[in-house]
Amino acid sequence: MVAPAHEHEEHPSHRKLVIIAWSGELDKVWPQMILATTGAAMGMDTTIFFTFWGLFSLVKNEKHITGENWMQKMVAMMDRPGMEHLKLGKMNFVGAGPAMMKKLAKENNVASPGELLQMAVDLGVKLVPCQMTMDLLGLKREDMIDGLGEPAGATAMLLEAQDAITLFI
Amino acid sequence: MSMQISKTLDLKGLSCPLPIVKTAQGIKDVVSGELVEALATDPGSVADFAAWCKSTGNELVESGEEGGVYRFVIKKK
Repeated sequence: MVAPAHEHEEHPSHRKLVIIAWSGELDKVWPQMILATTGAAMGMDTTIFFTFWGLFSLVKNEKHITGENWMQKMVAMMDRPGMEHLKLGKMNFVGAGPAMMKKLAKENNVASPGELLQMAVDLGVKLVPCQMTMDLLGLKREDMIDGLGEPAGATAMLLEAQDAITLFI
Repeated sequence: MSMQISKTLDLKGLSCPLPIVKTAQGIKDVVSGELVEALATDPGSVADFAAWCKSTGNELVESGEEGGVYRFVIKKK
């Protein structure tokens, strides 16, 4: 339903939020998810466009190796996909950093990126994987979690972003 | 106080963005014009609830703090 014109004057003009989720690092995926859930909670029409390493957050946690050829498999081996397996951009220390971060988050009642992703789905956030990078990394729809929209390209994303607040994370 | 609260949301202990996300979810089944009370302990929620109400058009009727618990009363749009 379209709000009456006068309401737009009282409230911020941007009623849409587009997040380009490029990073697959835990400390960037977290704000991707925090901002998406908050935007949706604020009533903004929210879309996350997942591209490059960002796609790895959408891979099922139990999936070890993704990709069809040896190069794609090698990428997944060096950097295991799945929301539960993300590394920190700094202070990773072979996984000790993320473990510490998750412990601190739990102690402070901060929702995990996985929990926030589920909330984003519940709040109606559109999750759009980038078709080109899916092909590049050899990711198939069955490798990825349920609830995703149809894969799309840069044009569809930029059209969506035309009248939206756009964040590249 | 004569205000009739229809629903109370206990958000104590939760950190950003959960108080707002859970309020957005919790207010869905409330009838327009009714009052919802939200209790939070996150100091950031003072600014966040004001911003959320401004953005969604719900009315922040009351905002206060007592013993480390922030209390917001929201009138649903």
